[in-house]
Amino acid sequence: MPSPSRSRRAAVAVICLALLVAAALGGAATARAAAAHAVPVLRVCADPNNLPFTDRARRGFEDRILEVVAAELGARLEYTWWAQRRGFLRNTLKARRCDLVAGMPSGGEGMLATAPYYRSSYVFVTRREARVKPRSLDDPALRDLRIGVQLVGDDYASSPPGFALARRGIVDNVRGYLVYGDYREESPPAEIVRAVARGDVDVALVWGPLAGYWARRQPVPLEVAPIEAAAQDAALPMAFDVAMGVRKRDARLRDRVDAALARRRGDVDRILAEYGVPRVAARPREEMEAGR
Amino acid sequence: MAAIAAVGCGSREAHAAPPARQPAAANAPNPPPAPPPTIAPAPLAANAPAPADGEWPLPGHDAGGTRFSPLDQIRGDNVARLAAAWTFSTGTTKGQEAAPIVVRGTLYYVTPYPNVLYALDLTKPGAPLKWKLEPNPAAASQGVACCDVVNRGAAYADGAVFFNTLDNRTIAVDAATGKAKWVTPLGDIQRGETMTMAPLVVDGKVLVGNSGGEMGVRGWLTALDAASGKIAWRAYNTGPDKDVLIGPEFKPFYAQDRGVDLGVKSWPPQAWQIGGGTVWGWVTYDAARGIVYYGSANPGPWNPDQRPGDNKWTCTLFARRIADGHALWAYQLTPHDVHDYDGVNENVIVDLPIGGRVRPVLLRPERNGYLYVIDRTTGEVLSAQPYAFVNSSHGVDLKTGKLLVAADKSTGVGRTTRDICPAAPGAKDWQPSAWSPRTRLLYVPTNNLCMDYQGVEVSYIAGTPFVGANVKMYPGPGGNRGFLVAWDPVAGRAAWKIPEPFPVWSGVVVTAGDLVFYGTMDGWFKAVDARTGAPRWKFKVGSGIVGQPVSYQGPDGKQYVAVAAGVGGWAGGIVSGELDPADPTAALGFVNAMKDLPNATTKGGMLYAFALP
Repeated sequence: MPSPSRSRRAAVAVICLALLVAAALGGAATARAAAAHAVPVLRVCADPNNLPFTDRARRGFEDRILEVVAAELGARLEYTWWAQRRGFLRNTLKARRCDLVAGMPSGGEGMLATAPYYRSSYVFVTRREARVKPRSLDDPALRDLRIGVQLVGDDYASSPPGFALARRGIVDNVRGYLVYGDYREESPPAEIVRAVARGDVDVALVWGPLAGYWARRQPVPLEVAPIEAAAQDAALPMAFDVAMGVRKRDARLRDRVDAALARRRGDVDRILAEYGVPRVAARPREEMEAGR
Repeated sequence: MAAIAAVGCGSREAHAAPPARQPAAANAPNPPPAPPPTIAPAPLAANAPAPADGEWPLPGHDAGGTRFSPLDQIRGDNVARLAAAWTFSTGTTKGQEAAPIVVRGTLYYVTPYPNVLYALDLTKPGAPLKWKLEPNPAAASQGVACCDVVNRGAAYADGAVFFNTLDNRTIAVDAATGKAKWVTPLGDIQRGETMTMAPLVVDGKVLVGNSGGEMGVRGWLTALDAASGKIAWRAYNTGPDKDVLIGPEFKPFYAQDRGVDLGVKSWPPQAWQIGGGTVWGWVTYDAARGIVYYGSANPGPWNPDQRPGDNKWTCTLFARRIADGHALWAYQLTPHDVHDYDGVNENVIVDLPIGGRVRPVLLRPERNGYLYVIDRTTGEVLSAQPYAFVNSSHGVDLKTGKLLVAADKSTGVGRTTRDICPAAPGAKDWQPSAWSPRTRLLYVPTNNLCMDYQGVEVSYIAGTPFVGANVKMYPGPGGNRGFLVAWDPVAGRAAWKIPEPFPVWSGVVVTAGDLVFYGTMDGWFKAVDARTGAPRWKFKVGSGIVGQPVSYQGPDGKQYVAVAAGVGGWAGGIVSGELDPADPTAALGFVNAMKDLPNATTKGGMLYAFALP
């Protein structure tokens, strides 16, 4: 066990590095660099430790999609790393540390969203060898299995499957895994998938892209299957559209990113498939228009 | 000391320590005049040990948390001449919630993150800086704290100043030199834990607690040995009796608080392990009985639907023995909280004539809007009257001790509930009240806010979308967002109250000169008559006040009143955190109620001291 002070030093070292990097990528430096290379710069903010979405080595699928967008715009990417936690948009887009963020739910507040570039859903994650594999929230087996759900650091909030189980009175056999997790671990939100592999829980109800990626990287084979919203769960969507976001007044940049995503649709789809992102069909247009 | 130096981003030495100084009065430019006469505390004053006359060693003045100053030079008939004596910039712009501490001619103040501890030399004109200590908390701790990166103050005992850092260290500092005596790490920001509360130092122990219930932190109160910094005991507020330090002496007054391992059984299995119940508010102490009192925060991070049961021991008032932390009684004020009514407010220690005899009680203005008068030896609720507008419950059943929750004001997923009063910050949040043994009134700074809890909205964290509540707060009945309430706890009614446009998010001090001092979020520092509430004096400071005023006697023998200005905190985040006024749900819905605050004040931390010319 490292001593508390040593682990704090390590953590602080990482943070200090992040601050230095952020400072180096500040506005003036950006302008100078852009002038030097005569290549426009696309400034993005991303979490440095959140695979499969983004990470410092730019190994995430959002990193790859951002590369495609940048290439299409003839621009070079510059990153500001910022953990995607409370205040992320306030400290990134709104603080003008960057101009574009990827992987936002398209209905979210505080930004102007592009058209969605994929739609995914919460999924059931089980061990392939498991005898019981629920495929519906109304599967009676859910009353007896040990279930993992994701917890959100917000007083009134929860993941939709967590709500749906509570609504059915399924609480005693449920374990919670914080999306925040322990930030010293690699990709803290992935802990819930590791818990299925270890056998701590029989089934976990997890956001699709996270589950699809990490299920392939466990020591035992895991299965991923979409959760469909039940009729009784009005106001509890299991599937979400994902978009990129810009500041509310940056409609011009939004339009350019939209156009780039549309032109490179095939590349975007290939990247999503490569990372095992579970896809669900886009919402019909009339439902989109009736929505928020 | 090594730990302090090691955590900086390569910054230089963490403190500048000039040679130790003589006791304050010896350095005064002129021989100090004889101390002014003080009126002896009334016979029914708190029984906590009184600090030396004119000093202010703890945020609550004394261990009983009365915030009563025995000084009486400044009175109703001369306060109009009160003027600024000196000011000091804290160098920080987040919410300044700390109380200045004054002992032996030195004033100590701890800032919000980065938690710089300043010592100002009151023996010299203008109160110049004597030393400062920079603990350099981890920068990442700013992203963990829920509601601005505040600190509620330091505490003094036996030649040392004690304070907490946002990244979970308790530090003891030599009061004379500014050198750290010990540093004890107590929590982990990587798991969502922070510390924002002010320690209470009594009987050779430093009592501290954690913050971060919404992040899955399990709440605790920890006693450290004041000399060594070693943990003497730790009591958790959820889990089995052995962790909660519940044993054979545990005698709760009410039936629902009796039983084995209720901290486990009142939750779904294992949910208590990350169940919240943190300790980020006030701790008080009955020195004659050796008992510590404090309240625990709300349950989290589960949505209420996911945690059926009473969720003990969250939103609970505990009485614990100082020697070993063992619980003597507990009273859960709000079982199964659905409104975010953290139970962290102060328990002021007072003896009161009730029903023909003097009862040792706690005065507790609770977030849920009731002013509880509780027998501090048994935990019996003697009365619980609403001191603000309340519709989220119908009262407290004194026979059973149960809060009578209004079913139509409960919240849940997919439900829209309108007009819930008080709103999540409660009729009063952390901002502490003051008790005068002369007027026998409790001066309570309050919020007058209601909220709508609307359906669900899409949000996200770390790439994961989820559904949450869309909470919006707005002014309660009358349209003003706060009051200063003078409460008569024996009669169970307000003696008077003063409406304020914004929530009164500052603390209060009451003096033997029968003046009450408090600050407003639009930057007025005010004195009113303690008996009538009549305005006597006010001064416009540079930024809104969310701090705790204090009063002390300077080395020159004069009475001073000091307060930190600098708006912020949960209520003031729209200014200090530059939250978007167009996003009404920001700061968990508080921004909607505070849209006009940026027009009324700007941020900036500054200490002010006032005295008669």
